[in-house]
Amino acid sequence: MIEFDAVRKQYPDGTVAVERFDLVVPSHRVVALVGSSGSGKTTLLRMVNRMVEPSSGSVRIDDVDVRSMDPVRLRRSIGYVLQAGGLLPHRTVADNVATVPLLEGRSRRQARADALGLLERVGLDPAIADRYPAQLSGGQQQRVGVARALAADPNILLMDEPFGAVDPIVRDQLQTELRALQADIGKTIVFVTHDIDEAFALADEVVVLRAGAEIAQRGTPAEILAAPADDFVASFVGAGTARRSLRIREIDGRALVVDGDGRPTGVLER
Amino acid sequence: MNWLSQNLHIVGQLLADHLALSIPPILLSLAISVPLGRLAAGSGRLRAPLLTATGLLYAIPSLALFVILPPILGLPLRSGATMVAALTVYGCALLVRGAADAFDSVPEDVRLAAAATGHSRWALFWRVELPLAGPVLLSALRVVVVSTVSLVTVGAVIGISSLGTLFTDGFQRGIDASIVTGIVLTVAVAFLLDALCVLAARALMPWQRVRA
Amino acid sequence: MNLFLEAIQWILDPASWTGEHQLGARVLEHLAFSAAVLLAAALLGIPAGIAIGHSGRGRGLVIALTSGARALPTLGLLTILGLGLGIGLEAPFLALLVLALPPVLAGAYAGVESVDRATVGAARAIGFTEWQVLACVELPLAAPVIIGGLRSAALQVISTATLAAYIADTGLGRPLFRALKTQEYGVMLGASILVALLALVVELCFHAIQSAAARRAEPHRTTPRRAHARARERTHR
Repeated sequence: MIEFDAVRKQYPDGTVAVERFDLVVPSHRVVALVGSSGSGKTTLLRMVNRMVEPSSGSVRIDDVDVRSMDPVRLRRSIGYVLQAGGLLPHRTVADNVATVPLLEGRSRRQARADALGLLERVGLDPAIADRYPAQLSGGQQQRVGVARALAADPNILLMDEPFGAVDPIVRDQLQTELRALQADIGKTIVFVTHDIDEAFALADEVVVLRAGAEIAQRGTPAEILAAPADDFVASFVGAGTARRSLRIREIDGRALVVDGDGRPTGVLER
Repeated sequence: MNWLSQNLHIVGQLLADHLALSIPPILLSLAISVPLGRLAAGSGRLRAPLLTATGLLYAIPSLALFVILPPILGLPLRSGATMVAALTVYGCALLVRGAADAFDSVPEDVRLAAAATGHSRWALFWRVELPLAGPVLLSALRVVVVSTVSLVTVGAVIGISSLGTLFTDGFQRGIDASIVTGIVLTVAVAFLLDALCVLAARALMPWQRVRA
Repeated sequence: MNLFLEAIQWILDPASWTGEHQLGARVLEHLAFSAAVLLAAALLGIPAGIAIGHSGRGRGLVIALTSGARALPTLGLLTILGLGLGIGLEAPFLALLVLALPPVLAGAYAGVESVDRATVGAARAIGFTEWQVLACVELPLAAPVIIGGLRSAALQVISTATLAAYIADTGLGRPLFRALKTQEYGVMLGASILVALLALVVELCFHAIQSAAARRAEPHRTTPRRAHARARERTHR
């Protein structure tokens, strides 16, 4: 369980990234922080592993204030997935995945064996283990990033725009796979995105943020879509737009789902 | 200051000699390096040998080059021509790479767009590539200007007169003021010519706000 | 061309290596002196440059130093220090150090600065200590540029060490200046050729070291085929 308790962040130049933020992220759940740039969502994420220290308030993991923990130990105990993977360009894929176990002093042989297993786990051919990050596609790099985050078997995964740098088709695929993976491993996941569809696709609970990390609405994707709290949330999720206003049209005895412009998006199974 | 006022005439003459030895090699190496750099940038095959060759030339110590060049070119050892030739070699050693980098910095889509709008090969070079390569070329040229002005002084040890003569004379006769005057004037000339380059570039590239 | 024959004969003549010129000793002197200066410059410049690149403080100083040092005439520096410190190795050592420091400093600074901040941030985020960030990420990635700085310093030093004989009678500049006095052009040319060869050899050594560092920093750029081959080999086993 991760708790944000009245956290505030003001940077030295005076900008207030987070005004005042409270949130409880229950264990084994996936929570998405959604907002446009400048909403303070990445700042919030980085407070969890002490990449950013709150100006006031506190962040607790399982009732322990993160400030009482050594930042390096804390970071090694938390999986972190960055946009475009954030891989070390001078190390092979296997070494990248094994980074934290190796830092923790695990034997090379064991770390490598684990890394190969993790690569398979995230849908990669272990044959790429000896390639370098720049030799991989964006989607592959992102998978390696996920494998690396899982390497130390952390309870918590933080994801910063995890699939922001890949094309839409690969993104869909990665999202589906992450859902399957999460069903299996049940980590506590906090992820940050500006893409509401990604939030809906992955999260158990979605937190929509305004500027200064003010919570506009929080709820399950269904709750938010069914009843946007206000105009800001409504426009953010695109409520009322053609894309979200689906209707059913009967054609040749089958029920077609069409959007507000009458363009077909799927078939209703009954 | 006393020494300087008594030797103003000599210092003035040496300053003139210094300028006469530094400006020609700067201009010559620019004229030689731009086409070579364009050639290196345009061709994958020529690039490596051209840049390696010029890079190795730069490794040769200046004093050695001043001695080796005259018999190759059939020049007398103690002549301005030797200095100009040697400094042109150094200038090219720096500028060919700089020019190649400069032409590489021209965005490929701009080149394609210019070709698509009907620029001939020649017009493309003069109207598109050269102006766009300008900023990077300028920064390489500024390095050449400053280092050429400084290198001219080395010729003094083999008897070619320049502000460097103030160093050799000052050292042999134990006159600090002579050496200090030489250092100050050499640095001043370097910065002056450098500033001239920047001003010229500002006039030639009005779309770029060139910073000094 | 006669002069070149004469020069080469002089280089090849065993008497040049044993007689008054003692070429072997001169080459060693030249190399040892240059290495000592370079070592001192590295010990001072690399930590300072890394600190500046790592913290981002003091950038302006590095830029001012490097452009200023380029304008400073070597011979002027040598002679003024020579007058001040007298005949001996101190003056040329100091002068060469002043010349070698800026490129070393600039290389170390630019190298660390050039490392992608996102990569450094990622390393920190997954739990590298500050020291590990420096040793495992910033240094290996910056190494080619740092070595590049040492390389240009080495060139500068070898070149100026020749000139140093003008005030200190040491290194390969010594036979060159002797011959200048006695008007033996063949000997001058021979000594110059030796200096040029020495500089080229050092340059090539540094080139090789720099390439090796670049292969470690950007392995995919230089050895894609080998890595592919290794990957394939493993799958077929």
